[in-house]
Amino acid sequence: MSTRLDVKKTYKLYIGGAFPRSESGRSYVVNDAKGKFLANASQASRKDARDAVKAARSAFGGWSARTAYNRGQVVYRIAEVLEGRRDQFEAELRSSEGVTAARARTYVDAAVDRLVWYAGWADKIAQVTGSANAVAGPYFNHSAPEPTGVVAIVAPAGPLLGLVSVVAPVITTGNTCVVIASEPHPLTAITLGEVMATSDLPGGVVNMLTGSVAEIAPWLASHMDVNGLDLTGVTDPDLARTLEEAAADNLKRVRRAGAEDLLAVPGLDRMTTFLETKTVWHPMGI
Amino acid sequence: MASSDSAFEFEYSPAPEARSVVDIKPSYGLFVNGEFVDGHGHSFKTISPSTEEVLAEIAEADDADVDAAVKAARRAYTRVWSKMSGAERGKYLFRIARILQERAREFAVLESIDNGKPIRESRDVDVPLAAAHFFYYAGWADKLQYAGLGSDPQPLGVAGQVIPWNFPLLMLAWKIAPALACGNTVVLKPAETTPLTALLFAEVCQQADLPPGVVNILTGAGETGRALVSHPDVDKVAFTGSTDVGRAIAKSVAGSHKKVTLELGGKAANIVFDDAPVDQAVEGIVNGIFFNQGHVCCAGSRLLVQESVAEDVLDRLKRRMSTLRMGDPLDKNTDIGAINSGEQLKRIRELSEVGDAEGAERWEVACDLPTKGYWFPPTIFTGVTQAHRIAREEIFGPVLSVITFRTPKEAVEKANNTPYGLSAGIWSDKGSRILWMASQLRAGVVWSNTFNRFDPASPFGGYKESGYGREGGRHGLEGYLKVSGL
Repeated sequence: MSTRLDVKKTYKLYIGGAFPRSESGRSYVVNDAKGKFLANASQASRKDARDAVKAARSAFGGWSARTAYNRGQVVYRIAEVLEGRRDQFEAELRSSEGVTAARARTYVDAAVDRLVWYAGWADKIAQVTGSANAVAGPYFNHSAPEPTGVVAIVAPAGPLLGLVSVVAPVITTGNTCVVIASEPHPLTAITLGEVMATSDLPGGVVNMLTGSVAEIAPWLASHMDVNGLDLTGVTDPDLARTLEEAAADNLKRVRRAGAEDLLAVPGLDRMTTFLETKTVWHPMGI
Repeated sequence: MASSDSAFEFEYSPAPEARSVVDIKPSYGLFVNGEFVDGHGHSFKTISPSTEEVLAEIAEADDADVDAAVKAARRAYTRVWSKMSGAERGKYLFRIARILQERAREFAVLESIDNGKPIRESRDVDVPLAAAHFFYYAGWADKLQYAGLGSDPQPLGVAGQVIPWNFPLLMLAWKIAPALACGNTVVLKPAETTPLTALLFAEVCQQADLPPGVVNILTGAGETGRALVSHPDVDKVAFTGSTDVGRAIAKSVAGSHKKVTLELGGKAANIVFDDAPVDQAVEGIVNGIFFNQGHVCCAGSRLLVQESVAEDVLDRLKRRMSTLRMGDPLDKNTDIGAINSGEQLKRIRELSEVGDAEGAERWEVACDLPTKGYWFPPTIFTGVTQAHRIAREEIFGPVLSVITFRTPKEAVEKANNTPYGLSAGIWSDKGSRILWMASQLRAGVVWSNTFNRFDPASPFGGYKESGYGREGGRHGLEGYLKVSGL
């Protein structure tokens, strides 16, 4: 019996709904949990980061203008497609992280469930965080949340659940994002990009970069067309401080890194950090 | 100033508010741990901007003073304020609200003397709203678990707060009321040109028997503010002021545990459509840019007017501007008071000259300015393009830049073409257009068919480089509570 040679996947970036290689032509070696070669991942450059921001900005107007119901359905669709490809993700998690089959299943379950959880929030978050304001005068006055804009995210180490946990809350509320995937485990992010690309998510809503966090993150933190910065995956406190300093130049909303149990039910704060409150007044009279 | 070309001359007799209601001391110390103490730094003078009269010597807090105040606040937090029930905290705030109402006249006169704003505004806007803020947040103190910020929200600790000179007492209220209601203690620095009402507020704290150290007031300039926000034992920084200082603060707290809210500059578009009720819109334009001499972060400093009605609106606007009365802030008939400081006057003049140089056309109300004090006449620039500095930079004075547009989409594009995003105004009779415009404008407060309305129940704060966090309403609690994992 002749052995068949695997057709291996080329892992590229996910920008504007397409899968380009890094314009720099660079790649880096990703090994499995046992130190054996898995694949070459694209090593994104400053130019890639800027292209990704541009794609995210272009997508923002349309995505934020979708009805909340529609955004909720798209996020739910991501969960559906992820569920359908769960075997592939479990296999990837087992080989890249070296976790047991049961553990891999737990993470994929949790990632799918998290997407479903956030999908349901899309048309409810405004009711929970908005308000009718009883002002002392004849005015109609109400406050409602709106997305902040383009959010740059440094994803945490959990290659699937971690990634879903930081991306879902940001896009559900109408933001678009540029994500730097976990540096040691970038491959799952790109596979998740394939899921997103086939889930009715418009190109550019989520853009995925792989490579060196220390190299790419400063360009995103200082980018004047980025409105928010999520530092969840930054483990080096000095880098986190430098990024937060750079973010101050255009007053980005910054979420600092902090320990959290990814398997626990999240709160609202991953959504509210990247929401603005708009208050509208109108006089009442006849 | 009366209109010179009108057929009738209406002369107003002076109607000055009595100054005797206030008692300005020759010098003031710092308010730390419930009492006034001498500062270690130099002193500086606060003057009346309408007369340049020296009002008092004010202590400048140095690093040691900041440290002492933060320590007093920490002690009060640990031993008293964080242990007190919300209901009792709330009662202190209700007391403060009531005392502010009782002494409203005194506060209004003092504010107008120190700040230069018309007594009509300090009396009818600043002081009543300050009292209302304390009354509003007093009621939250024992209801925080219902605020949607978690079942048992906890205070942050010591808040370092730095406020500007445009609404000295009102900004103090915006800062102190929610901080205290949530169980924090505060060290507050008023602006160097307007310290007097904050120091009078310290007396209110004493009259209310507020436990020592819960509120500390440090006077001083930028250095004092820097020392306060960078003090390692401060858990929360709240700042209202310029975007440049806001950026510096955001940088200085990077990598720390400090929670920050920033309410910064603006360059609001006030958008007038051809179907707007014109006379109301003109009142709104005047109120939008000339209220408080234009020293308002959310001022409607860019008038976007639909081309088809631009001429009519501008004619009416000029006519209305010619009836504005400028002069003695304590005169009850005064509409426009003094520019707050010589430094601010210089900036307004410089940017206006840039407007001339870049080719915009200046029109100002013809009137005699007082010889003493800092004055700038209500001014509009027409022929302004989006590239002009007077269309992009915050002037923070009574200067309006006029830009025209043809379609609602163009209005949105022009309105949003700014790094700021604090407020916006829409004037139209068409409900669906108002709501569509309101949804498109990237600004934290949208006034439709009104402008410059404020209320303690109404969240206020910006998008983009106008800062982050909200003050006022339920949303205003979030900046003073631990809410992660809610």
